[in-house]
Amino acid sequence: MHTLTSVADGLVPAVTLATETVSPVGETVSGGIFAVAPLLVGLPLASAAILLLLGRRADRWGHWLGVLASGGAFVVGLLTFLRILDRPADERVLDVHLGTWIDAGAFHLDAGMRLDPLSLTFVLLVTFVGTLIHVYSVAYMDHDADRRRFFAYLNLFVAAMLVLVLADSFLLLFVGWEGVGLASYLLIGFWNHHMPYAVAAKKAFVANRIGDVGLLIAMGLMFAHFGALDFATVLDDPGAHASEGTLTAIGLMLLLAACGKSAQFPLQSWLGDAMAGPTPVSALIHAATMVTAGVYLIVRSGGVFEAAPTAQLVVVIIGAITLLFGAIVGCAKDDIKKALAASTMSQIGYMVLAAGLGPIGYAFAIFHLVTHGFFKAGMFLGAGSVMHGMDDQVDMRRFGGLAPYMKITWITFMMGWLAILGIPPFAGFFSKDKIIEAAFIPTDGAQWRAWVFGTVTLLGAGITAFYMSRLFFMTFEGERRWTTKKDGSEQHPHESPALMTWPMIILAVGSVGLGLVLSLGGRFVGWLEPVTGHAEHGEPVLPAWLLIALTLTVVIAGLVLAWRRYAVSTVPVVPPLGTSLTRAARVDLYQDAVNDAVLVEPGQHLTRSLVYADHAVVDGGVKGLAHSTVGLGSLLRRAQTGYVRTYAATMLGGLLVLLVVVLVVQS
Amino acid sequence: MTFTAPDIAWGALSPVLIVLAAGVLGVLVEAFVPDRVRRPVQLVLTFGALVGSIIAVAALWSGVRSSGGRDVLEGSLLVDGPTLVLQGALGVLTLLALLVVADRTATGEDAFAPSAASVPGSEYEDLARRKGITQTEVYPLLLLATGGMMILPATGDLLTLFVALEVLSLPLYLLTGMARRRRLLSQEAALKYFLLGAFASALLIFGVALLYGYAGSLRYSDIAAAVATPSALDPLLLVGAVLLLVGLLFKVGAVPFHAWTPDVYQGAPTPITGFMAACTKIAAFGALLRVYYTVFPSLQWDLDVVLWTVAIATMVLGTVVALVQTDVKRLLAYSSIAHAGFVLTGVIALDDAGISAVLFYLLAYGVATIGAFGIVWLVRERSVSAASDDDESDEALRASVLGEATHLSQWAGLGRTSPVLAGAFALFLLSFAGIPLTAGFIGKFAVFSAAVEGGAWPLALVGVLSSAAAAFFYVRIIVLMYFTSPAHESAPDAPGAVEAGAPTAGADVALTTDDGAGAVATLVAAPAPTTTTTVVPSEGLAAVAIGVCALVTVVLGVFPTPVLDLISDVARFLP
Repeated sequence: MHTLTSVADGLVPAVTLATETVSPVGETVSGGIFAVAPLLVGLPLASAAILLLLGRRADRWGHWLGVLASGGAFVVGLLTFLRILDRPADERVLDVHLGTWIDAGAFHLDAGMRLDPLSLTFVLLVTFVGTLIHVYSVAYMDHDADRRRFFAYLNLFVAAMLVLVLADSFLLLFVGWEGVGLASYLLIGFWNHHMPYAVAAKKAFVANRIGDVGLLIAMGLMFAHFGALDFATVLDDPGAHASEGTLTAIGLMLLLAACGKSAQFPLQSWLGDAMAGPTPVSALIHAATMVTAGVYLIVRSGGVFEAAPTAQLVVVIIGAITLLFGAIVGCAKDDIKKALAASTMSQIGYMVLAAGLGPIGYAFAIFHLVTHGFFKAGMFLGAGSVMHGMDDQVDMRRFGGLAPYMKITWITFMMGWLAILGIPPFAGFFSKDKIIEAAFIPTDGAQWRAWVFGTVTLLGAGITAFYMSRLFFMTFEGERRWTTKKDGSEQHPHESPALMTWPMIILAVGSVGLGLVLSLGGRFVGWLEPVTGHAEHGEPVLPAWLLIALTLTVVIAGLVLAWRRYAVSTVPVVPPLGTSLTRAARVDLYQDAVNDAVLVEPGQHLTRSLVYADHAVVDGGVKGLAHSTVGLGSLLRRAQTGYVRTYAATMLGGLLVLLVVVLVVQS
Repeated sequence: MTFTAPDIAWGALSPVLIVLAAGVLGVLVEAFVPDRVRRPVQLVLTFGALVGSIIAVAALWSGVRSSGGRDVLEGSLLVDGPTLVLQGALGVLTLLALLVVADRTATGEDAFAPSAASVPGSEYEDLARRKGITQTEVYPLLLLATGGMMILPATGDLLTLFVALEVLSLPLYLLTGMARRRRLLSQEAALKYFLLGAFASALLIFGVALLYGYAGSLRYSDIAAAVATPSALDPLLLVGAVLLLVGLLFKVGAVPFHAWTPDVYQGAPTPITGFMAACTKIAAFGALLRVYYTVFPSLQWDLDVVLWTVAIATMVLGTVVALVQTDVKRLLAYSSIAHAGFVLTGVIALDDAGISAVLFYLLAYGVATIGAFGIVWLVRERSVSAASDDDESDEALRASVLGEATHLSQWAGLGRTSPVLAGAFALFLLSFAGIPLTAGFIGKFAVFSAAVEGGAWPLALVGVLSSAAAAFFYVRIIVLMYFTSPAHESAPDAPGAVEAGAPTAGADVALTTDDGAGAVATLVAAPAPTTTTTVVPSEGLAAVAIGVCALVTVVLGVFPTPVLDLISDVARFLP
């Protein structure tokens, strides 16, 4: 490892060593523009601290400080990006060493930042979309007395997300991972005077903890086998240091973590409930950034997955299941935000599926992640704008015919809608179509995989077209189904202020053009190549032109079906009973019931029975005797010595067990 | 026959001697110094002794670091790196605990009965109260206990170990029974602690006897040599070793020797609970480390099964039972049981990384524990009838503030009424839970990675899983403090408020009476709706202690390297 030069004191001038081959080991740099890279995290973090510490004193200008910090981080990210773009492609993986974090005996850990095409893609996405959403929130949260605190949390989230993507070790990534969890917890529960919101915040927290356990175990396994947690050591040819079984275990644990964070099957239940938080939060955290962290983790740990084909296959399967699951749920939801959340789940399913396909899929997964970040955030902001104009109504059955009243929202939302459908030349066409094509390429010569997963992605595209069109038509087209406001006055739908519409317009521009711009000449795939490695393009089982034609056919079919049912014909205000599938989809395909049955209840039984074991069985020796020997029981109960005796009996019993065990083992 | 006076290195003993001498002096002060100035004198004496002891540790540090340590009193005491780390940690933590102990809060009352020797409800108690008799024996008792704790991890033979254990235990039994409020509960707890402690001591001394029978010596080094010689493994040795370990495992509250912990933690005066939970654990684990690392390393294969069983049972039971607690002191008690299990995984690792990991963990845990109990001490019940809420004068407080509000439902909404205090408590809970950027995370990471290094990865796995589960009940309190309305606002039925915040609370209500002894249950029944929860302002001392604890928790979490370096520099036992 020629590149692990320590430059801990930061005074040593830049060490420039050329990397001959594409490897996960970056060169170590310091000084120059890269010295300001820590500001990426520092700016939003400092702003969050200031806003929280100053308290009410910062109420009047606090939100603008938040916007400024996020914007500043974007500028720093852009400068770093341009600087890296200057370098030849094989020198674009850089490590900025920040110093020793923990150093004692067996556990030595450095803190550092990994600047490479993958992390910078995320930095730009997070800070750019983040800044737009900050601006939007200035107007959206205008009436909230705690707007300053909201911005502090938003900044905190941006900082944590940047730590997550810039970390150069799994441990530092974990810090960011927990940080975004905490920030999202604070943001979902922001209106914590409403009990359902607080409960939703808790649900998200719990689901994320399950995922965290996966990450912790994965780190434990890595530490046991590699003796380190930094990307450079772990991801540089992991197959040489650990058996395939170990790597499969690590991979599956990483996948569990990704499932918790990215709302993938079977840990998807929290995303819908998390929509209780303010809409800009949904746009930032639950569409563009945090929920995609799982995809980042899988792509980042690509080395581990490539050495563990079984884990990779599980990734693809999870992606495929979630893709269909989210799409089916999306078809039945009447709450506009929950429908969008289901769609997010499904789209991330596409990304996870692509990430499981190996080097061919990584670039497409990230590509789709970026375009999705734009169009989905745009649509969430659009939904927020609709709610803003409709007195916080979220039931799509109470919308309809809104297009003439909020033209900008309508048009920007339409751009996002066309993008997610994958109509050329909108952004989604370029990214999703590539994933479908990649899914149809046989892996390791296994034809069945190409057919199964390819068909699932194709089917998903059709269902996506149906439910997104349903959402769009029910909201903006058809007849008006509004009712009066809560206080009885007339509903007056209106366009949102400029601070809210401009971010939507910018995101809509991205939804239209980003796909085309980035895919010209394989630009984006080439940019990510230093990280993902160059992948030989296999041949799909069907010719590419046929796949495109097929995709467009099912998409159009879905669109037309939705048009006939939700734009032309009357949409009932009260949801009809529907088929059993519809009813199941409305309650998220019974996932809460399943969770309760599989996780919550056995857990509660376990705790109860263990408590029972500790206090009833152990005490029960005395107590049971007491019950049977009438009279003596109540005496024993009143006499406190009975209990001490129980305790002493426990100790003695425990001691005897230990002695027996030790003597048995010895003999 | 001539008697040769042993050559005593007084300097190396100074950290212990200062504390014990001040303790003895404190007894004299208690007897002879007039009432009015007694408390300030005791405070200054105790404070000075602890600071002096810390300075003595610092003075000895560089010598020990270069020489590796030395034995004193003909090998009865070993002053080496771990000894100094533990004595320093004990000094600092006792100092922090002292600040909480000494704080009388705005009510002007400390946590201790003015005349602890009087029978509760007796005429003498009445008389003493009317005469204004206030005793301050808590300070010398604290010092004597600390002295014993400082000796315990430094012992070089089994007899000194036993004596040190008794020196630290006896004052603790007394301190446990000295609570100002709920005196019967407190005295019951003291009696239980005493009886069970005596039982454990008996087991330990039995083990000592068996080991003496096997090795013919009480000195650690002699026993280690006898154990290492490849003779047939004697049941005498194995049984003796297990009994010895059990005596120490009792003190750390490891399952199945944990039963006293919740009752005693609940009954003891809250500041003492914090002291006990932090410092006893440090001392006992120090001794356990030394015994396991220097006396029995060659018995590892045989004793591992004991410690593995105990560690797994401790982690799982502590975590699981804590999940359903409704009393904050009992909850912290079970959490401390679980922590004992986590520390044990580091002990089992049996390598140098294990020593420093355990020492760091104990420090991180101790700081958070003292801080957390300091906060519990300030959160009180207040009777609604005696004074209106807006009357904040001292007299009004004195008249209306009752004991600690320990029922979890009373903590609902604390995040809104006292954000700073609740924030500090949340920080300590996060540290207990092992969330990154707190000291607890580094500690957990250190012990688990030491365990993995030492080949005990299944233990580390159980540890990670149970600390993940443990996060639920810590988070539950945070949820309760921040996302639930105060009980008296939402419903007069207090447990209902908890239920809204936590799904497991349904089981709680039924268990309150089952959990712990029946007599305890009647005394700590759910609070009457005539009280509200209030945070009494500290006199300043407890606030300082809580602030320092919070600061240390964060600093050790973010920049652990200097302290880790300091510890791992000297973390080697004298053979």
